[in-house]
Amino acid sequence: MSLFFRQSMTVMVKDLRSEFRSKEAINASLSFAIVILLMFSFAFDPSSDAIKEMSGGLLWIVFAFAGALILNRSFARELANDCLDALVSSPVSGAALFFGKSLANLVLLVGIEMLCFPVFGIFYGVEWWKQLDSLFLVVVLATWGLTVIGTMFSALTVNLRLRELMLPMLLYPMMIPALMAAMQLTTALISGQPLTGDAYTWLRLLIGFDIIFTALSLALVETVLVR
Amino acid sequence: MPSSAALHVDQVYKFFGDYPALRDVSYSLEPGACLALLGRNGAGKTTLLRILSGLSKPSKGQVLVFGHDSREQATRAKIGVLGHGIAIYDELSAVENLKLFANLYGLSNPQQQAMKWLERTGLERVADSLVREFSRGMRQRLAVARAFIHEPSLLLLDEPFTALDDRAIAVLQSLLADAKKDGRTIVMSTHQLREALELATDVALINKGKLAFKGERTQEMVDDPAYIYRSYGDL
Repeated sequence: MSLFFRQSMTVMVKDLRSEFRSKEAINASLSFAIVILLMFSFAFDPSSDAIKEMSGGLLWIVFAFAGALILNRSFARELANDCLDALVSSPVSGAALFFGKSLANLVLLVGIEMLCFPVFGIFYGVEWWKQLDSLFLVVVLATWGLTVIGTMFSALTVNLRLRELMLPMLLYPMMIPALMAAMQLTTALISGQPLTGDAYTWLRLLIGFDIIFTALSLALVETVLVR
Repeated sequence: MPSSAALHVDQVYKFFGDYPALRDVSYSLEPGACLALLGRNGAGKTTLLRILSGLSKPSKGQVLVFGHDSREQATRAKIGVLGHGIAIYDELSAVENLKLFANLYGLSNPQQQAMKWLERTGLERVADSLVREFSRGMRQRLAVARAFIHEPSLLLLDEPFTALDDRAIAVLQSLLADAKKDGRTIVMSTHQLREALELATDVALINKGKLAFKGERTQEMVDDPAYIYRSYGDL
């Protein structure tokens, strides 16, 4: 395994281990997601067919808000005891540090999203599992986009006092293309439509978004970390 | 530029907005030297150490560590940093913390290295305990182990004796004496003049961001640690 991936894996394992022990971000994010799903179920008639048509939008609004709680902690976790200084002064490249943190955030976010789907199914009476493999692919691709931009902005805002506010303000406008694609694709898949035609175009947009922002973030993160 | 220098600082400036934290700092340090970096609070010692360790970029000027830019990965592997924060993770155990840094520094057999440094700092019995359960002194000793684990050629220590308990001071003094004996280069900012001057081969005084004095440590300085401030600082 190359040095880059070995260092990224080390950072990812460290972040996941810390988070699973403290459960700070997991508990906050998961309980927030479930409460929002519950509250939306009071606002809409769960028995109506229309719920399938807006299922993608509803789910991704929940995932985006709950995700910000995980992403906010990503670099903020390093502030205690000045751990970020030790990481930045070690021979780990900024790109490897960023990639490892992004992978850890991806695992946490996808885990929370996977727990939200059954809750969504119960509250709204939707059979969301009909195209499980395609749905999983869309969830991972869209979450990677959210994760990459969120981790980058987490690094950028880590020293700000109002970082909890700044991260969503920077993150959501940037995420609009990926969120639109994720909403369209999720709605289509839950409604039983295949990934062809328009849906395929949205899928390509999502993949392109991920590639562009991953490359940009890997190239720019060193500048963000060392000022 | 002296190619043999462990550290070469050439006309370094650092501005925070319009405020000049460092002004025209130039210095060279030979391998194996131990520099006591002195100065009042806010003089620019920490800013200089952050630039030397690659945590911050100079606004102007150049810093070379063993002839290379301090942000190069290979150069960073030769530097050990002990800053104001202990830089260890509360949610990990002592051995997990040291293994993490051993892995990041690419050491072979991280477990063995971690246990070796836990023994050297007297923490082997609590190797598997979470750091959040440690006393302040134990955390400080673990921080020292973290900074030394990759046996760096250049040690950058920012007020290393501040807030340490007696045992941590003893551990650090012993490790620094060993490091000096092994020919490692040490740069240490401190307000504990007596401890620093006993160890130092060179002394530099920063005053309001400028290098007010640089030179070899003399017996006069050891006998009267305030001498250097009286002669070159604002007393």
